[in-house]
Amino acid sequence: MLGKLSWAAVPLDQPIPLIAAALVGVMIIGVLGWITLKGWLPYLWREWITSVDHKRIGIMYILLAMVMLLRGFVDALMMRSQQALALHSQGYLPPEHYNQIFSAHGTLMIFFVAMPFVSGLMNFVAPLQLGVRDVAFPTLNSVGFWLTATGALLVNISLVVGEFARTDWLPYPPLSELAYSPGVGVDYYLWSIEISGVGTLLSGVNLVTTVLKMHAPGMTYMRMPMFCWTTLASNLLIVAAFPILTATLAMLLLDRYLGFHFFTNEAGGNVMMFMNLIWAWGHPEVYILVLPAFGVFSEVFSTFSRKPLFGYRSMVMATMAICILSFTVWLHHFFTMGAGADVNAIFGIASMIIAVPTGVKIFNWLFTMYGGRVAYSTAMLWSIGFMITFVIGGVTGVLLAVPPADFVLHDSLFLVAHFHNVLIGGLLFGAFAGYSYWFPKAFGFRLHEGLGKASFWCWVIGFYVAFMPLYVLGLMGMPRRMQHYDVPAWRPWLLIAAGGAVIILAGIILQIAQLAVSIRMREALRDRTGDPWDGRSLEWSTPSPPPAFNFAVLPRVEGEEAYWRIKQRARQRAKLGEEPSYTEIEMPRNSATGFICAFFATFMGFALIWHIWWMVALAAFGAYATFVAFAWRDRVEDIIPANAVARIDRANRSARGEVLAGLQVAQ
Amino acid sequence: MSAFQGTADRDDFNRLGYGDGARGRLNTADHAAGELASKRIIVGYGFWIFLLSDIIMFSAFFASYAVLVGATAGGPSGSELFDLRNTGIETACLLLSSFTCGIASIGARTHRGAWFYGAMTATFMLGAAFLSLEVREFGDLVARGAGPTRSAFLSAFFTLVGCHGLHVTAGLLWLSTMMAQVFAKGYRADILRRILCFSLFWHTLDIIWVALFSMVYLMGAST
Amino acid sequence: MSHFEQTRDPGNADTAPGDEHLDGHETAEGVDSYLIGLGLATLLTIVSFFIARTTLVWTPSIPVALAVLAIAQMGVHLVFFLHITTGPDNVNNVLALAFGVLIVLLLIAGSLWIMAHLNENMMSMDRIMQMQH
Repeated sequence: MLGKLSWAAVPLDQPIPLIAAALVGVMIIGVLGWITLKGWLPYLWREWITSVDHKRIGIMYILLAMVMLLRGFVDALMMRSQQALALHSQGYLPPEHYNQIFSAHGTLMIFFVAMPFVSGLMNFVAPLQLGVRDVAFPTLNSVGFWLTATGALLVNISLVVGEFARTDWLPYPPLSELAYSPGVGVDYYLWSIEISGVGTLLSGVNLVTTVLKMHAPGMTYMRMPMFCWTTLASNLLIVAAFPILTATLAMLLLDRYLGFHFFTNEAGGNVMMFMNLIWAWGHPEVYILVLPAFGVFSEVFSTFSRKPLFGYRSMVMATMAICILSFTVWLHHFFTMGAGADVNAIFGIASMIIAVPTGVKIFNWLFTMYGGRVAYSTAMLWSIGFMITFVIGGVTGVLLAVPPADFVLHDSLFLVAHFHNVLIGGLLFGAFAGYSYWFPKAFGFRLHEGLGKASFWCWVIGFYVAFMPLYVLGLMGMPRRMQHYDVPAWRPWLLIAAGGAVIILAGIILQIAQLAVSIRMREALRDRTGDPWDGRSLEWSTPSPPPAFNFAVLPRVEGEEAYWRIKQRARQRAKLGEEPSYTEIEMPRNSATGFICAFFATFMGFALIWHIWWMVALAAFGAYATFVAFAWRDRVEDIIPANAVARIDRANRSARGEVLAGLQVAQ
Repeated sequence: MSAFQGTADRDDFNRLGYGDGARGRLNTADHAAGELASKRIIVGYGFWIFLLSDIIMFSAFFASYAVLVGATAGGPSGSELFDLRNTGIETACLLLSSFTCGIASIGARTHRGAWFYGAMTATFMLGAAFLSLEVREFGDLVARGAGPTRSAFLSAFFTLVGCHGLHVTAGLLWLSTMMAQVFAKGYRADILRRILCFSLFWHTLDIIWVALFSMVYLMGAST
Repeated sequence: MSHFEQTRDPGNADTAPGDEHLDGHETAEGVDSYLIGLGLATLLTIVSFFIARTTLVWTPSIPVALAVLAIAQMGVHLVFFLHITTGPDNVNNVLALAFGVLIVLLLIAGSLWIMAHLNENMMSMDRIMQMQH
């Protein structure tokens, strides 16, 4: 009746997951209770859960990412403490548990922290920068978000019901095959990633279409902000790479569920083919993550150096070059698997070549700063921190791209240090920079600068203290994923690394404090005009937060840095442009389709994991019925009347007019 | 425009010789990019991008098949199993159904019920014929002990061809939903856009079938 | 006329993928394109089936011939059924297709090349399993 599910699935004999689950359960009930008591549920349903507004969806993506960052970081703390303790000892985490922890850490961080964070930033910012009212497919956007949330939910359920995979963040066979992982752990992983992969793909299609086909009048491709170009490149990679992941994991699922022989040891299965295919996805994936971060930096460096971005055209070419080249290097993740010197050499050279366009970008950012009047805001600090940290990480990457060196260092802590170096230094710092930079736009008030800077310093110092020892350990020969070890020389370095993790913890606590304090002090930090940083692109021409329709009238774009021109003209003339004639605006209606589909997807995923076949059929039918119901809608848009548009725009114009008058007085 | 002249050299801050797109020429590609495209173009293009992702997914299954084509584990290989007459009939069904799908899109565009409903029904029948032949082929293979669990080659074969068959099934479901929608609501703009997406989907499935029957069946049978 | 939703916006130079390029002068509402496509595709299919089993062609060239015929037929489908052309209104559609084709080629050719080398260098799984018993 309930497939493989039984009470034995709840880990009543393992204290750590039980306590963790209890804590999380208490927090969830607490939050839900507070929301219900305050009467916010109808508001949340109406304005957020069923929203198809790209800004709301972007914010929810980032919220998901930040919550999952906490869970993933707790996993990291457990790993560091275990390794600090486990010299000639078993530490406090038995191997079966430790393996699940590092698997969950990697899976959560890549799929449910990094991807949603950049997705959220791109969803929020791109339509505003393009000068349009929403993405190409707003309801599909909502579906994509909620399916991603489903994936995250399934991974977290595995903590309480069943177990998680012990195969690390990429489930290599034959370990991940049924013969060697008979439990539900790998199935949790597989279904969670397959479901959220659908969501990611939908988001990819959406943003590619938006960036290529939806522009404000006059915004040609070469007049788009750099962040839009990196959004395009990243989403083209999503569209191209995620199908490979879907197919490969599907093959593993077929092996596990239906006895197929893609990657089994018997009947001709080829284990190495899994690695080949999964990394053909895996390498583009890291560029999917880092390209939007590069886009954030382009915006931040330009705004806070008060200069246009240097070398716009070369940046565009570098971005598109990275997009294509990222599909030519994937073998460097398995140099040691035995393809031979010829194959290794070609891919090694390709891996070095791909560093060149990134170098072009670094130099362009440096030249953007040079000769500018640099303001060291929190976002700028994150960007400068990125510059130094990412270059170090990139350089170790080029070192690893040399096959003979990789034969020594593959799967050692050197590799772990390298990818954390580029992921944290590149992606995470970029995400935090974007968060600081666009927070006022999203919520109408700035984040507290002092706490932001303090958290930045903790993160940077903590990062170096936590990961530089890992480079040393890798060169000393320590492999990754070790639950215990017996080489005393390694221990001091692992202790330092654990210390670094604690410093990062301080950074995270400061970030949480920053958010709480900023909300408390929001009137003092209020962004009245919508342009707190003297920005250069169109999102800064809207109020903060922007109204549902973004722009009262779509802006006419006459060159690069559309908003900067408008502002300069206003400053020169000492008055705002003419008030536009306001007309009514049609916006897509909110829809529960996304949430309901995800609801059915969660049940379907859970039922597939536990082999509850009737529930699978029911949930699948439910999801299909939801789609048909959505397709049968007659009224798809709401109309915002002209006077409401006028009221909102006039309020913003008067705030900006005041500031402009103030500037004239000061002169 | 005079206010701009004053800021002209501020535009080329880095003195790279360009910067003011306003003075540049706008060619047709620029012009096309500098606007909000119509809904039909947005929807069509978005679906086109999705189809490309689907093609890439098929190519991952294809790559697996190509790698595993020799991994028969002592069992039967393609040349022993493939019935080219059956494949030929399946190909004819799908190719004709692509043609009738084209007629149906003309019917939708010109609001001609006879063309639309007639051609869509024909497309459905031909697609269903294709599927029933394929299901029969699969059942036959399983009965002969050449099911997907026999060897890696057969796993790859069943997955690749089966994935195509699943897409055809989804297409038939979609087709009937489209006929129902036109029947219930007429040739509304959003329904016409969905028909455009459906026809893109259906033609792409036939393109994939071309690769399948050539590289899997014909190549397999000729070795 | 009959070009209900598909009239091009006056300012917009693009065409949606799959849409016919209508100029109001089609014969029988544009069936021509589909008829020609059907005819050519049928021809190519018949030739493919014939080549696969014949001894008239040098045998080692058969796979190449099949591939070429398949690519040709895919082109026929793209042009006559999907109306993909090289005109300026189709640039985005063609570029997207080209990108997809590039990735497909990299994936398939790359995988075949890599796996061939791996299979050559590494011991086969059944021999490894034998060694374990």
